[in-house]
Amino acid sequence: MTVSMEFLVASGIGWVTACGVYLMLRGRSFPVVLGLTLIGYAVNVFIFTMGRLWSDAQPILGTGDVVADPLPQALVLTAIVIGFATTGFVIELALRSRAESGTDHVDGREPGA
Amino acid sequence: MNSGFVELLMRVIQPHLAVLPVLLPAFTAMVLLLVGDRNESLRLRRRIALASAAIGGLIVLKLALDANADVLRVYRVGDWPAPFGIVLVVDRLSALMLLLTQAIALPVLLYASGGWDSHGRHFHALFQFQLMGLNGAFVTGDLFNLFVFFEILLIASYVLLAHGQGRERFRVGVQYVAINLAASALFLIGVALIYATVGTLNMADLAQRVPRVTGDDAVVLKAAALILLVVFGVKAALLPLCLWLPATYAAASAPVAALFAIMTKVGVYSIVRVHGVIFGDAAGAAALVVEPWLLPLALATGVFAVFGVLAANTLPRLVAYLTVASVGTILAAIGLFTTLAWSAAFYYMAHSTLVIAALFLLVELVAAQRGDAADRLEPGAPVAQPVLLGLMLLLAAASSAGLPPLPGFIGKLMVLQASSGHAAQAWIWTVVLSVGFLTLIGLARAGSLLFWSVRPELAGTGNAAGASPRLLAATLSLLAAGVAMSVLAGPLKRYTDAAAEQLADRDAYARAVLGGEGVRTTQPYVFPRPATDSDEGGH
Repeated sequence: MTVSMEFLVASGIGWVTACGVYLMLRGRSFPVVLGLTLIGYAVNVFIFTMGRLWSDAQPILGTGDVVADPLPQALVLTAIVIGFATTGFVIELALRSRAESGTDHVDGREPGA
Repeated sequence: MNSGFVELLMRVIQPHLAVLPVLLPAFTAMVLLLVGDRNESLRLRRRIALASAAIGGLIVLKLALDANADVLRVYRVGDWPAPFGIVLVVDRLSALMLLLTQAIALPVLLYASGGWDSHGRHFHALFQFQLMGLNGAFVTGDLFNLFVFFEILLIASYVLLAHGQGRERFRVGVQYVAINLAASALFLIGVALIYATVGTLNMADLAQRVPRVTGDDAVVLKAAALILLVVFGVKAALLPLCLWLPATYAAASAPVAALFAIMTKVGVYSIVRVHGVIFGDAAGAAALVVEPWLLPLALATGVFAVFGVLAANTLPRLVAYLTVASVGTILAAIGLFTTLAWSAAFYYMAHSTLVIAALFLLVELVAAQRGDAADRLEPGAPVAQPVLLGLMLLLAAASSAGLPPLPGFIGKLMVLQASSGHAAQAWIWTVVLSVGFLTLIGLARAGSLLFWSVRPELAGTGNAAGASPRLLAATLSLLAAGVAMSVLAGPLKRYTDAAAEQLADRDAYARAVLGGEGVRTTQPYVFPRPATDSDEGGH
């Protein structure tokens, strides 16, 4: 049985997204940050595959018949940079919130407290 | 400084006028960062920020006057031809939004210079970055670029929200950042799906190509459009996605909340650009894909928000719910998808944003004079300036409720008029009118608590000296802008009418942006060979 590259990549993105959504819905800020990061990874690969999956294709310039789409690669680069910056910020903010409120729960207080 | 110099200056900046609303705040912010944030340089930073906002105001005024004279300004960044390079486009709607942003930024900066800017670090630099993001989102002609400017304004807003610090601000800050990061991920998914099915992200090119998408691709494209509605719904505060807004805006410091009043309108603007124009009535298989959702959700948003207004226990929360209520009315008009309704929506949007920004500032002025009761809606110390602040609140309240003789009524009347004949007319009239009435009750309750149901024995516990002239002037100028909009309703209505018609004319927009008939494509894999002459188009 052969498994296509599309199937593997698609199910990989789906699995990572599912894990990210699960973690994002947790009540503590650390899993939430991890969840957001995982979703960020999944989205980046997703953008990349939206230029279609090619093998043995030329980059933007070349003499061959098949040319890979360079634009999603440029888009994903931008998305990675922005995602990196925002992740750094949200970690710092979560730490600060932890210091201010004395708990890492996203509601700012322990459940039931 | 003679006229020759001015002429030369105009000749140099004239071709770059469209990019200046983005570049000016960016450079100002960098200068402000270089100045540093020691206490000694506070006056210098205030001057730089205010001067920059004033110059920005002149630039966008020029852009708006040009747009009014039928100039569709297209700026190709780096002179790369569209749709390969990034374009900035200033049409009537963009110019209106730029003008609105600047009209709010200048008084808010003046207000913040009254003391708030010294309660934390780098306030002015962050404010300028936020302006850069807002202006960029309003001028860009490219969907991915819209995402980038969204991120710029959001990152600035994350830090501005925490400005002044305190436990509550960090608590809502984490939630605000988390929900916006999730929305940004969805934005990227939507954009990627659109690129995969249409092969371009240039808005003008998209409007030309989306109608030609058929079959399975059209299904994916519809999904992408609805994903983007979720994203813009989060920003604009559409009902199931607006629950983050009241706590966030209420926790923010007054000038930051006033600036945030324009942020929900970025979501509204994006819905108009993407779902109104690209996925509008001429979009083939994906035409009007959000129509079944937008109007009912918008009306539900209005109803939800007005109950929030009635139930609010603090003044900033009350104003935050008013923000949501105004978004409900605006999006209900957008959801009618006619040029008349859009014109009404644009007018009402500009007016309600000014009033809400003024209210955020005003409630802080009132709260400062109420002693320990502060911004809580309970009997407190009598305010030191009951007549002045009371009249200001009355004017703002009447404007946001939309009572007949006062400003705010015109906007609502236009919305009601535009909905006549629509299948959901009864729903729209009922909701818009009862939202207005209940808003009035909520504000009357707040006003009587603030000014009449006072505890005289506490007199003098608040700020007895009254609000400083600078803070009052900033708040009054926002209110005056709202009144001016009613006085100038005629010319403004003509402008918004023309803006709505301009949006409907997708072909003229495409001709201006793409040049020629838009033969170019960004999809190399459709054409197996390296670029041939036919790919070059009319360039």
